[in-house]
Amino acid sequence: MPKLIRDTATVFSREITPELRSPVSIVLAMGQPLLFLVLFGSMLVGTGADLGTGTGDVWQWFVPGILVMMCLMGPLSAGHSMLGELNGGQMERFLVTPISRTAIILGRTGKDTVTLFAQAVLIAATAIGLGMRLHLPGALATMVLLTVMAVGLSALSYVLAIASRPSGNLFWIVTQMLIFPIMLLSGILLPVDAGPGWLSAVAAINPVTFIVDGARALFTGDFLSASVLSGAIAAVAIAAIGLILSTRAMKRGI
Amino acid sequence: MIRAEGLRRTFKAGRETIEAVRDVSFDVATGELLALLGPNGAGKSTTLRMLTTLLPPTAGSVHIAGHDAAREPGRVRDAIGYVGQKNASGENHRIRDELITQGRCYGLKRRDAQRRADEVLETLGISDMAARVPGTLSGGQRRRVDIALGLVHNPSVLFLDEPSTGLDPDSRAGLWAQIQRLRREHRITILLTTHHLDEADRMAERIVIVDQGRVIANGTADTLKADLAGDWLHVTVPAADAARAAGLADLMAGVSDVTTEGRTVNVRIADADAALPAYLRLLDHDSIRVTRASVRRPSLDDVFINLTGLRLEESGDAHEATTDEPTGATHA
Repeated sequence: MPKLIRDTATVFSREITPELRSPVSIVLAMGQPLLFLVLFGSMLVGTGADLGTGTGDVWQWFVPGILVMMCLMGPLSAGHSMLGELNGGQMERFLVTPISRTAIILGRTGKDTVTLFAQAVLIAATAIGLGMRLHLPGALATMVLLTVMAVGLSALSYVLAIASRPSGNLFWIVTQMLIFPIMLLSGILLPVDAGPGWLSAVAAINPVTFIVDGARALFTGDFLSASVLSGAIAAVAIAAIGLILSTRAMKRGI
Repeated sequence: MIRAEGLRRTFKAGRETIEAVRDVSFDVATGELLALLGPNGAGKSTTLRMLTTLLPPTAGSVHIAGHDAAREPGRVRDAIGYVGQKNASGENHRIRDELITQGRCYGLKRRDAQRRADEVLETLGISDMAARVPGTLSGGQRRRVDIALGLVHNPSVLFLDEPSTGLDPDSRAGLWAQIQRLRREHRITILLTTHHLDEADRMAERIVIVDQGRVIANGTADTLKADLAGDWLHVTVPAADAARAAGLADLMAGVSDVTTEGRTVNVRIADADAALPAYLRLLDHDSIRVTRASVRRPSLDDVFINLTGLRLEESGDAHEATTDEPTGATHA
């Protein structure tokens, strides 16, 4: 087996083991998206709003947004845990071993992505319980799109964690200042079109908007929508940028 | 086994260039235990980070087990174990899981990694803690886990950065028993830093002292003490005779320093055991009545103060100390 793959498996297995030993933590970590789904989602459905999704129902419009929200939140705790290990002796311990530097990022990113995937399944299952119609191939395709973005976001959170040493302040400032505007300006909770023109203009340059739109189209099984292509391009771009920056940061030494 | 040649490392802090390590060279032979000492900020940790491939040197070279750390970092990493100052096991991870991960990082097959994990747990007497997370362990137990992590792959060279800091005397003694056993059974080469000079004195075959990024002494504890500190003689005489007694001391061979403190004359001299009877005869010949006489061997602390003007304390803080006064002398 090539060293990079074996090393990635080693890091992945280290990171996933505590989650497997107490799977409850995966559910606890998704508290916020779950609250939005159950509380906010139910109200949104209750308003009987026409959210312009064509064939789909309001749940099918809302759930992809919540999944994206989860992909934005998940990497926060990933970056936070890495910051802890950078400041503790754990990361140093790994860097003294011959393990591949790239594998340290890939293995962690892989674990984050698998965790997000499990959480997404739980979110979808909950939404079905609340009355959502499921388009299975569409939902699976949505997961693939979001997985690609999650890889990039988790890698970016590691870049940020590395850049924030040792205080971690930069990490918190950037994440607190970025996550909510990105979320609100991507139309996760409510359609951006409902806002004033300047807001739509800002949303139109937010890469996450493309992914949310693409995810919504896919989720209802509209594979041929133009927004699927732009969403896929945005997701691949985020993943590529994240992986390039993070492996570079790791190789440069910590 | 370890060869550091002309190591230098600078850091940029804004516009200033900080020279953390200016010129550090030394060798460590196979199976040797070398203690690297120095005040805070002397460049010990930076040196250690360069030796363990964590930091590329600005200039100079590191060879470990015959491999150049700059050209073959993988080979060097295979050969070394490193126990840093901070805890190395992850907070959410069970001890045994971490040891297996560590073995896998060195390319061991899962089965071999498991076997080695159980072996080092046994060696360090922490088998009972295998399924626990670090947060539930005492400081001494956590330190042993750190050392276990450094030993999983049977390294031929072990770097220990302040291994005993923060441990109670019992844990320290236990730790040292483990280190001595490793050396006896595996002939492992060890380089360590410590703030406990007594440890370096008793355990290390050789001591390298660094200050302001340079090696300022390199030798066995005994040579350093003899060459750089010298023994002390203390005699107590009637106050009126003290000046005369000091004058007589100046005439003796091997004297490097004479001071008086009231009725006491302090003489720094080579081989004080042999010098004391001669000095007493000299005083007796001049009818100076000696009421007390003692010999004090210098400690590494004295060597340290002589070289750096600083005292290395257990707390890790270096304080100013005068260089020419005997410290903590007991007049028997």
